[in-house]
Amino acid sequence: MLAAHVLLAAATLVIVFPMLYAVQVSTLEFQEVFVFPPKLLPGAAFTDNLQRAWEKVHLGRLLANSAGIAVAVALGKTCLSVLAAFAFTYFRDFPGKTLLFVAILVTHMLPLPVRIVPTFQLMHDFGWVNSYQALTVPFFASATGTLLFRQFFLTIPPALSEAARVDGAGPLRFLVRILLPLSLNNLAALFLVEFLYMWNEYLWPLIVTTSDEMRVVQIGIKMLVATDAQAEWNLIMAGVVAAMVPPLLVLLALQRSFVRSISLGQEK
Amino acid sequence: MKRAVFKNRGLPYLLVLPQIVVTLVFFFWPAFESLRLSFFRTSPFGDKTSFVGLENFVNLLSSAEYYQSIANTFVFAFGVTALAVGLGLFVAALATQKVRGLAAYRTAVLWPYGIAPPIAGIIFLFIFHPSYGVLPYWLGFVTSYEFNWLLKGWVAMALVIIATAWTHVGYNIAFFLAGLLAIPTSVLEAASVDGAGALRRFRSIVLPLLSPITFYLVVVNLIFSFFGSFGVIHAVTQGGPGNATEIMVFKVYKDGFIGLNLGSSAAQSVLLMFVVIVLTALQFRFVEKKVIYS
Repeated sequence: MLAAHVLLAAATLVIVFPMLYAVQVSTLEFQEVFVFPPKLLPGAAFTDNLQRAWEKVHLGRLLANSAGIAVAVALGKTCLSVLAAFAFTYFRDFPGKTLLFVAILVTHMLPLPVRIVPTFQLMHDFGWVNSYQALTVPFFASATGTLLFRQFFLTIPPALSEAARVDGAGPLRFLVRILLPLSLNNLAALFLVEFLYMWNEYLWPLIVTTSDEMRVVQIGIKMLVATDAQAEWNLIMAGVVAAMVPPLLVLLALQRSFVRSISLGQEK
Repeated sequence: MKRAVFKNRGLPYLLVLPQIVVTLVFFFWPAFESLRLSFFRTSPFGDKTSFVGLENFVNLLSSAEYYQSIANTFVFAFGVTALAVGLGLFVAALATQKVRGLAAYRTAVLWPYGIAPPIAGIIFLFIFHPSYGVLPYWLGFVTSYEFNWLLKGWVAMALVIIATAWTHVGYNIAFFLAGLLAIPTSVLEAASVDGAGALRRFRSIVLPLLSPITFYLVVVNLIFSFFGSFGVIHAVTQGGPGNATEIMVFKVYKDGFIGLNLGSSAAQSVLLMFVVIVLTALQFRFVEKKVIYS
C-alpha cells in the first residue's frame, strides 16, 4: 500500500515538475540560469523578470487578447450549441431536421488545417484580416457542444417539458427557466473545454493577425524566445508563467463541473 | 420518442440558424474551396490561376519530403497518444487508492490540461537545452551520448512528443478516473475473494471495462495530435532539424503561407481530410456503441 502511495506521489511530482521548473527559472538572475550544475532553488528576481518580459512583448495586451478571444469563443460556442440542441430535441420534427443536424456534426471533420488557405482568403474578402471578428466568429460552430447538449437533454425526463407546456410556458421560457438551470454542470464543462481550446489556438492567430497589438500570448512568448541571440531564459520563463496562470485559474474554477460532467456522461 | 412537445413552425429554424450560418460560411465553403483549389496552380502573387488537374496530388505523392512528413506525423501522433493514454491510465489507477491527500493529488495531475502545447514546448525546450538544460545534465551522469535536439532529429521528435503528451495527460486522467470510479467495488471484491491478485484483477476486469473509454481517448488524442499540434512545432522546432519534425499540418502552413504554393497546400488539406474522415468515423462508431450498449 505504501509502495503505491509513493508511486502516486512520484508520478504527481513528474507531472507537475515542468511547471515548477518554469516557475523556478523565472525567479533567477540572468547569470544564474547558466550556472552548472543547474540551480534548483528559487531566486529573487521574479518581479524584475516579469516586468522586463512584460515591456518587451507587451504581455499585458497579449494576455488581454488571448483572454478576450477565448471567453468570446467559449461563450459563442456554448450559446449556439445550446440553441441548436434545443431545437433538435424539443420541437416536433421539422423538414430538414436530420440534414441540419448532420451538417453541424460534419464540422467536426473539418478542422482548420483542411480549410486553412480558403478561410484566410475569406477573411481577406471580408476585410477581416487583423481583426477581432476574424479571431472569433469563424470558431462559433461546435459539433461537440451540440452533440453534448442533445445527449444531455435526452436524459431529462420528458414529463418536465410536457408539464411546462400544459402550464402554458412557451419554449423559450422553458429553456431559460428550467432547462438551463439543469444544465449548469454541462455549461461549465463545455465552457472550460472550449476556453482551453481557444486559448491554445496558435495557427489561426499566427496567420490572421499582422500587427503586434493583435497577437495572442502564445505567439508573444515564442517571439520572446526568438528575438535574442543569447536567449534570456529567466525572462522567457517569467512570460511562460504569466501565460500559464489564466488558463490554470479557469481550470481550477471549473474543474469540479468538468469532472462531474464526465462521470454523468458515463452513467448513461 | 415522445419528447417533441413544442409545435412552433419557424422557431426551431431560427434557433439553428446562427450555427448553420457559421457552419456554411466558415466550414463548408472553405472546405469546398480547398477541394477546388487543389486542382489549380496559383502564381505566387495570386494574380493567375490555371487548372492543372491532378498535378498537385501527383507532385505530392512523388515527393520524398511529403512521405517524410506523413511518416513524421504518424510517429508524432502515435507517440503522443501512446504516452499520454498510457501514462494517464497508470496515474489514474494509482489515484484510486485510499490515501491521505488524495484530492490534492487528483487536482494536481489535471493541471497540465490547462497548459497550451506551445508553452509546454518552450518549457521542455529549456529542460532539453543542450548547454544548460537540466535533462542533458542528469543524463550526463549515465551516458556520454549527446542529447542535442538541434543536431539529432529523433531527440527533437522526442522533445515535441513529450511536451505535447504532457499537455494531454490531464484530460486522459480525468476520463480514466471517472471510468475507474464507476466500476462497482463489489465486482473487484468478488474477484479478490476468488483469489485474483491486484495485477490479475486489473488485467482481466478493470481493463476490459475501461476499453470503451480507452478507445475514445485513443481517437481523441490522435485527432488532437494530427490536427491540433501546429503550435508546438512552430514554437519549438520549426519542423527541424532538417525535416525531422515537420508534420503534415506544419507543411500545409509552410507551403501555403511561406512558400505561397496555394495549390499544393490545398491538395495537402484534401489529403488531410481523408485522415480526419477515418478518425471521425472511428469516433462516431464509439459514440454509437456507447449509446446502444449502455
